[in-house]
Amino acid sequence: MLAGGANDVVIEFRGVSYQLDSRQTILHRLNLEVRRGETLVLLGRSGSGKTTTLKLINRLLVPTEGEVLVEGRGTLVWDPIRLRRRIGYVIQEIGLFPHCTVERNVGLVPAAEGWPAEKRRERVRELLDLVGLEPAMAARYPHELSGGQRQRVGVARALAAGPPMLLMDEPFGALDPLTRAELQREFQSLQRRLRKTIVFVTHDLREALLVATRIGLLEAGRLVGLYTPEEFLRAPDPLAADYAAAFRTAENPTERGER
Amino acid sequence: MSLLEFFLRNREGVLELTLEHLWLVGVSILLAVAIGLPLGILLTRWPRARRPVLGGANIMQTIPSLALFAFLLPLPWLGERADRIAITALTLYALLPIIRNTYAGITGVDPAVVEAGRGMGLTDRQLLFKVELPLALGVIIAGIRVAAVTSVGVATIAAAIGAGGLGEYIFRGLAMVSNQLILAGAIPAALLALLADGTLGLIERRLRPAQ
Repeated sequence: MLAGGANDVVIEFRGVSYQLDSRQTILHRLNLEVRRGETLVLLGRSGSGKTTTLKLINRLLVPTEGEVLVEGRGTLVWDPIRLRRRIGYVIQEIGLFPHCTVERNVGLVPAAEGWPAEKRRERVRELLDLVGLEPAMAARYPHELSGGQRQRVGVARALAAGPPMLLMDEPFGALDPLTRAELQREFQSLQRRLRKTIVFVTHDLREALLVATRIGLLEAGRLVGLYTPEEFLRAPDPLAADYAAAFRTAENPTERGER
Repeated sequence: MSLLEFFLRNREGVLELTLEHLWLVGVSILLAVAIGLPLGILLTRWPRARRPVLGGANIMQTIPSLALFAFLLPLPWLGERADRIAITALTLYALLPIIRNTYAGITGVDPAVVEAGRGMGLTDRQLLFKVELPLALGVIIAGIRVAAVTSVGVATIAAAIGAGGLGEYIFRGLAMVSNQLILAGAIPAALLALLADGTLGLIERRLRPAQ
């Protein structure tokens, strides 16, 4: 494989384990490669280690064993601030700053990076447009927005300084089904345009199938398998098969239990 | 002589003692904020210091004010002037609510918001000044408010060691068994306390982030 090719690896886990203490191991010897421009979905139930995996990438957590490489460099070698500013971060609770307007929320990293005010304002307008928000929203405070609007602001904020990578931790998990479907659709078209390298965490197979280039199935801190969405539905692994069966049941309530 | 007459006749005296009182309280609160705020922040960064620091500030509160004045009296530089003793004692009393509320305010900030900030690549300093402190400010001001109101009351006792303030009237009134003189000190002191409470309460409400 040629360096700089379409398949080059941007994020790599090499035998990564993460232990909370001597008795609780959250992640077991994870090996995983995320390629440039793909959306890798980490699928699994709560407690399977999805969020931990994500936080190991932007060094909110540090591996107990093994190493995580981002753009070829170990996260421990990176200056954590530089590393995190190259990686946008969207979480389910959104974490918008309640004391800041939408404009200041979105413009925070550019401001921290020292962008001049005019360029910042320009960028905020551009981003709000990108995520489908009216320019007038810029002056609002987070508590004046709906759940869907807040999540859009969260995405805009993560994209603000133009990071090549995005980490998304159940970004649409707290939304009502209609808003969620709408945002998932928009996320797809956004990703087609932006081609960021994305690691996306969810427990919802439907969402995974919709947005993923590849799906990594996690269970009890171990990577069970890596599949394309098509492969996933035919995967022989019993856990993947269970997911697929539950999914089909939900899609086709009449063909209950068939695989 | 009615109380009103007393105030009219002693306008200058009342004003002077009120200003003295305000000076004692104002300086000690400023000092307590200057010491307590950084200490409170430090505790959030260094949890191991929490018990000794909060414990120490707690013990300070349990010492009766007259006893604390007496303890400070023999100290070299401090003990030389009554207002130094009074300000030191008032500062020590004001520390606990300020440290405690700074700590509680910062640790009470929604962890998701802090995590988002950290994940976005804010430095510790940016996280503190742009996220944690602004969001904790309402709680911190509430602590300063408690400290200020308490200080107005405790400062009346400073007159016992000759530090001045409205306690002068109260102690004189006690000695002369004159309710009028006691009230001449107590009423302006109560008004000062209400003023401090009201002003800081207003600031506090302004600063509480809307949810």
